[in-house]
Amino acid sequence: MTRTATRVPSQMERERRRAAFWFLLPAVLFFGVYVVYPILDSIVLSFYDWDGMAERTFVGLGNYRELFSSDAFHKALKNNVIWLALFMLAPPMGLAIALYLNQKVAGIRLAKSLFFFPFVLSGVVVGLVFTWFYDPTFGLLAVLLGRGIPILGDERWVTFGIVFAALWPQTAYCMILYLTGLTSVNPELVEAARIDGAKGWKTLWHIILPQLRPATFIAVVVTVIGALRSFDLISVMSSGGPYESSTVLAYLMYEQAIKYYRQGYGAAIAVVLFLVMLGYIAYFLRRMLRTEQA
Amino acid sequence: MYPTPIERWKPYQRWIYKISLPLALILWLLPLIAVMVTSVRSFDEVMAGNYWGWPRHFAAYGNYREVLTNSPMLKYFVNSCLITIPAVIGAVALAALAGFALATYPFRGNVLLFAVFIAGNFIPFQILMLPVRNLTLKFGLFDTITGLVLFHVAFQTGFCTLFLRNFIKQLPFELTEAARVEGASEWTVFSRVVLPLVRPALAALAVLVFTFVWNDYFWALTLTQGDEARPITVGVASLKGQWVAAWNLVSAGSILAAVPSVVVFFGMQRHFIAGLTFGATKG
Repeated sequence: MTRTATRVPSQMERERRRAAFWFLLPAVLFFGVYVVYPILDSIVLSFYDWDGMAERTFVGLGNYRELFSSDAFHKALKNNVIWLALFMLAPPMGLAIALYLNQKVAGIRLAKSLFFFPFVLSGVVVGLVFTWFYDPTFGLLAVLLGRGIPILGDERWVTFGIVFAALWPQTAYCMILYLTGLTSVNPELVEAARIDGAKGWKTLWHIILPQLRPATFIAVVVTVIGALRSFDLISVMSSGGPYESSTVLAYLMYEQAIKYYRQGYGAAIAVVLFLVMLGYIAYFLRRMLRTEQA
Repeated sequence: MYPTPIERWKPYQRWIYKISLPLALILWLLPLIAVMVTSVRSFDEVMAGNYWGWPRHFAAYGNYREVLTNSPMLKYFVNSCLITIPAVIGAVALAALAGFALATYPFRGNVLLFAVFIAGNFIPFQILMLPVRNLTLKFGLFDTITGLVLFHVAFQTGFCTLFLRNFIKQLPFELTEAARVEGASEWTVFSRVVLPLVRPALAALAVLVFTFVWNDYFWALTLTQGDEARPITVGVASLKGQWVAAWNLVSAGSILAAVPSVVVFFGMQRHFIAGLTFGATKG
């Protein structure tokens, strides 16, 4: 009997393949309809001019050309960069708090939970809390500084004010990642370093941080994604203002598509944002999948 | 253990640390404490500018009652429940099936599919917004609870599938093989062997998805319009416009919006943290 290149699958293999199909079907269906298809549709939409109601007209790269020459787009881009840069404070601050809390004292579990608390709040609540905090007449900041600074009403400060608010839950998240990571640090290495007389910083840099690399990886990834995605706080605290000074790509897109009925233009902004994140997602995917093969 | 365990500290250092903890906590949670204090303050005191003194009248009952009865807050709260709970059940169920398939059956495209689920989790909402909105309109589900539930189930399935697939992959292969040798059908392997073993993962996911969906603002804003299907996140945001000077009521409303996720968090902390940090200690 000659062996052909493809052999007939056994009964069991067929049954398994069928099972795989049916098990995957619901998730793939939902995901395909609500995630994969919309990405493709948005890309197509970005080449059209459409108000959502009448016929749409093909404009090719017109939306993109308009975008790259628009003031608001450049402000949004600049703000996204500010978000990205300042958000990178979250992992080190989270690490600092994690180190601070990594002791066994009475009530430390409650303390850890309470420090983590801000992450559990909705962006809306965080936004309201900080809007209140920044209020120039009675906000806590005004009380602390002795005078009121209308942070959210000042073009120079508004983005920083919002980023500062966003750092609150983000730092809490990084803290939890590091607290968990610290539990798996090899105690023998630490002891060895101590016996060798290493000072605190050296131990941190050479022994601890390398062991925290998985946590750092996730912390940085989630922080970058969070910075680029930010919408809720901007919407609640400033609506992108004053005069679009605090807008970011995500908010600009929403505004253009919904408030100004320019769906094609909005889609173009979304595509730009998507491409920016895509590079990052690809990097993350490759790292993740490489550890899979390992 | 790093930093130096406290047992090795000098007594005065230990003392300083223990004192610093509650102080640090108060500092960290100061904005929140302020909101809670304001939520029990009476409106007169708010108008009179008394924000920081000890409340002369404790209007907690009145404030919360006002928020619950004179505004659609209660309806928004119910909407949030109606949206979140089915979304959690749906996403976790779909992900359990898909995660099991991805973890146990080697087939062409397995890794690709897995990568799609991972990637989908990190994409910006904006690239989905318009088509999802238009689809929802076309299905006649705009401004409905169902519309929001369907989206959340679809989107959260990405993250949950990733999570469960990794979790199931770590289960010993012999268990499923043994069941199959005994002639169990694939469904039985899934439901009787694997499912019970992944219960902690399911719990962690349920808690996480609950928090994410309950706290969602963007999609509620995009897919609803009136008060009918509006969840509490959008409701509280609109409060800000309605009662600009009545910060005591806005505070009370915010607390109401935050309570469920907080309760779920404190009740299921271990699961919550396990879910969030899965992968933080690998390798």
